[in-house]
Amino acid sequence: MNSIPGRRIIMVVFLIFLLLPIYWLVNMSFKTNTEIVTTMTLWPHQPTLENYKRIFTDESWYSGYINSLTYVLINTVISISVALPAAYAFSRYRFLGDKHLFFWLLSNRMAPAAVFALPFFNLYSAINLFDTPWAVALAHCIFNVPLAVWILEGFVSGVPREIDETAFLDGYSFPRFFVKILVPLIASGIGVAAFFCFMFSWVELLLARTLTSVNAKPISAIMTRTVSAAGMDWGLLAAAGVLTIIPGALVIWFVRNYIARGFALGRV
Amino acid sequence: MDKTVNQKAWFLVLPVFAVVAFSAILPLMTVVNYSMQDTFGNNQFFWNGVGWFKELLDPSTDLGGRFLASLGRNLLFSAIILAIEVPLGIVVALSMPREGWTVAVCLVILALPLLIPWNVVGTIWQIFGRPDIGLLGYTLNSLGIDYNYVSNEFDAWATVIVMDVWHWTSLVALLCYAGLKSIPDAYYQAAQIDGASRWAVFKAIQLPKMNRVLLIAVLLRFMDSFMIYTEPFVVTGGGPGNSTTFVSIELVKIALGQFDLGKAAALSLVYNLIILIVCWIFYTVMTNAGTERPEKKGAA
Repeated sequence: MNSIPGRRIIMVVFLIFLLLPIYWLVNMSFKTNTEIVTTMTLWPHQPTLENYKRIFTDESWYSGYINSLTYVLINTVISISVALPAAYAFSRYRFLGDKHLFFWLLSNRMAPAAVFALPFFNLYSAINLFDTPWAVALAHCIFNVPLAVWILEGFVSGVPREIDETAFLDGYSFPRFFVKILVPLIASGIGVAAFFCFMFSWVELLLARTLTSVNAKPISAIMTRTVSAAGMDWGLLAAAGVLTIIPGALVIWFVRNYIARGFALGRV
Repeated sequence: MDKTVNQKAWFLVLPVFAVVAFSAILPLMTVVNYSMQDTFGNNQFFWNGVGWFKELLDPSTDLGGRFLASLGRNLLFSAIILAIEVPLGIVVALSMPREGWTVAVCLVILALPLLIPWNVVGTIWQIFGRPDIGLLGYTLNSLGIDYNYVSNEFDAWATVIVMDVWHWTSLVALLCYAGLKSIPDAYYQAAQIDGASRWAVFKAIQLPKMNRVLLIAVLLRFMDSFMIYTEPFVVTGGGPGNSTTFVSIELVKIALGQFDLGKAAALSLVYNLIILIVCWIFYTVMTNAGTERPEKKGAA
């Protein structure tokens, strides 16, 4: 690939620009509040794990992570399991209204969460799911199911049709073919789709906050509550922020070559 | 890509249809219903026809004024971040190392901001930008620049824009990088033999090859910035005054803050309609690009 002059410098400067704010957050999370407020230090002079300790011992904090993980996992499982057969159908067959349906799915992926906040609040209150992980998990399906369908469709289309035909000639029933042959073949695609469902549900705040009040409060909502409270606990806030970055940072290495693809709905 | 016609495929699509219909059509129907009515509390509703829509599009009313002002701000915001992120993303993509372990490291660091929860992105910049405890705010102020995003409109805008550039430029860069990678080496060798300049290579080889991904990037960035909510909400709360109140923030204020169902619903529908139109352009572009170069599709 042909590159431009001074590319190393540009790259390094840009990467520093990306990392500096994150470093500052990590830096803050290891400081005591007195150090944060009274002095300007580039690294923690009296490093402390107090902030993290409080999050892991105070139930009102760590329950936020558990709540978030619960609805994110429910959502990922629902999204992938309903999207898999649909992706196969879109990839292999033409049927009445397929193009319109595909577009309709995309339009839901792009719909502003703010539009749905109020009707979702009414809907899930009416069916007694308000303030449960299920409400948030189902609400997040509106953008994650279309996303999973679009990504998986790309991967299924990468599997040659001959494989289906051979399997059916060999006497495989459709469900058996699906589970035994197709799913293993697109395992990496399922991994990528699951990762993106996980991430998009994990980063969303507005719907998660609107649909919960006490019992299922996600970590993001707990964090904003602390922001508005008087007497800001910056160290604690920073530590909570660092912990939310960790799930993404852990898997990022495995999906690094698929990031562009996932964000472009499998179309790159 | 010859697909067989099979109406039974609908059975495979049915679960998706059911789930999405439950969370899209049902709520949208409520919105349409609300948008035509007025309520005085106690669950009493009155028919209001297109009244809310008239008010919404008339800048002299309170609702219309707020909507059109936030729409203007939002379009300005989208225009600015596109003007910065697209060229910057291209430059970063062109600056990617060619091979070796540095490629992986660059990819990982580039992807990092994309995977941070949006409210934490807000928190990061809130902490980073504060004049008393943030590195950025502190440095700017000690350089003699009076910077405070809480009280100064310009600073608030600058912070929100830099934050978005920080958050999303990587996406443009990664998409462009994916486009650049698909260019065969032979093209560059041919250019070298012809003695093409660096700029000529960019214009004649790299830019055309990036056309499609750039289009995707622009549309994605437009749509996401057009419905931005969490990041500016955490950093500025829409302030100072209303200077960073974008459409989503205004909508949530009306819907969940004031519980003004009719107004919020009318706003939602108009908002959704704009998104739908952009979406349709996006879809047409994607599917057309797919038929032009069918060999790209599904290249896992």
